Amino acid sequence: MHSDTGSMPAVPGLASAPQMRAKLRLSIYLRCLAIQGSWNYEILVGNGVGFCVEPALRELPGGVDGQPYREALARQSVYFNAHPYLAPLAIGALARAEVEQVAPQRIERFRTALCGPLGSVGDRLVWAAWLPACSLVALLLFGLGASALAVVLGFLMLYNLGHLGLRDWALRAGWRHGIHVATALGHPVLQHGPRYIGLVSAVLGGLALPLAVHRAIGGTAPLTPIPMGVAVVTPLLAVLLVRRQAHAEGWRVVLVLLVAFVLYSVVR
Amino acid sequence: MGASSWWLDVLPLSLLAGVIGLDVVSFPQAMISRPIVAATLGGALVGAPLAGLVCGAALECVALEALPVGASRYPEWGSASVVAGAVAATGATAGAMPLAGAFAVAVALGIATAWIGGLSMITHRQIIASFARPRLDQLAAGNRKTVVGLQVFGMTLDLVRAALLGALCFVPGYLLAERVNGRWSVPEDLSRAIVVTCVAAVAAASVWKDFHTIRGTRRLFLISLAVGTLMVVLGA
Repeated sequence: MHSDTGSMPAVPGLASAPQMRAKLRLSIYLRCLAIQGSWNYEILVGNGVGFCVEPALRELPGGVDGQPYREALARQSVYFNAHPYLAPLAIGALARAEVEQVAPQRIERFRTALCGPLGSVGDRLVWAAWLPACSLVALLLFGLGASALAVVLGFLMLYNLGHLGLRDWALRAGWRHGIHVATALGHPVLQHGPRYIGLVSAVLGGLALPLAVHRAIGGTAPLTPIPMGVAVVTPLLAVLLVRRQAHAEGWRVVLVLLVAFVLYSVVR
Repeated sequence: MGASSWWLDVLPLSLLAGVIGLDVVSFPQAMISRPIVAATLGGALVGAPLAGLVCGAALECVALEALPVGASRYPEWGSASVVAGAVAATGATAGAMPLAGAFAVAVALGIATAWIGGLSMITHRQIIASFARPRLDQLAAGNRKTVVGLQVFGMTLDLVRAALLGALCFVPGYLLAERVNGRWSVPEDLSRAIVVTCVAAVAAASVWKDFHTIRGTRRLFLISLAVGTLMVVLGA
């Protein structure tokens, strides 16, 4: 596995990180894309972790028929919770710990300790920052008059640059740091990324909304009654939604309004 | 979409809804399930990508509100947006905006389908848990086939769930949009403006709420909102 964590603080054991074969890394990486395939309310993503670590466990003495393989796979297939994009950090670390045959009790304690931080850090960075930022970029492209293909490709390329890059970094860093992987969570992008993305998103949102609204209503002359009415009513409704957020989610309000509007237009 | 041949689109649309519904959680979460992508693909599949894109942009505004943070229960926008994009294309041609009636129906249907989809995801997860429960001993024994089998079962079930949801919501949605188009009485531009106002208000409220904890974001948002509005006025 290539050294790509040069900006990380020095951690005991890093220098001795073994190489991960490219084929093995690819196999684990692809499986990580399906880590939530069996997500359920009892073991959450636990089985997915076992599924992702499994290719590395084949390197244990005795291979897939050996006792160490079965014991390790059993250990890795119990309850686990993490953000799916940061789960490879745990998977890389757990794979290395198992391959190096670290004491089972230590692996289990380490595995349990990883659950919380990987969930909250990933939620803040990806779901609450990166995803809405990319959505706003897509709306901005739409508002600027981009074609359907340009909007779709622009969004997918930008989003997945972050998505796939994060998973790749996480897997490499997990393997490289092993059971000292908690240090990797101090990476500046994980710590400060949400704040900077939030600032950029505020700008994107402000620019995107008027442009997207203008295109969606048909691109008519802006200083005519309908676009000006939209410009007045939209902020008022937005303020109302913010004030009533504890009582009604916006999508429910919109659904009710739209159903009423359709009925009015059809029945009158 | 041809009025007489719409039913031919049901199978490919449900397959697309299945694949895109799978992306929401199970595989690979590349966000092809975001409304602006999925609705455009749905519209494109029935021959009207622009109608799908406009509907997708509207639903994207609403989806900004419901982010899948933590263990929250959230609408399933993937298959819902495919359905909405295809329904928005009812009566529209390749390079044309959606008709007002179909647009309003599509956005409402998209939101309703996403809500139903969210409920179906809960059931899906409960089914996986009940499938896993009798196999916990095999998991505890480190049985490779059980681990892989559970993963494949979950993903297959998710694909089927989303495909069925797509088919079941598209058929009535299309028939409704066709009837509504024929009886629509409010002028096209006013109708679109009403629908867009509703969704844009949700988006503005979401941006306001999502980033309020970061110092300076509200001021930045208001300044850039003014710049964006100016761009619209000057660009006309």
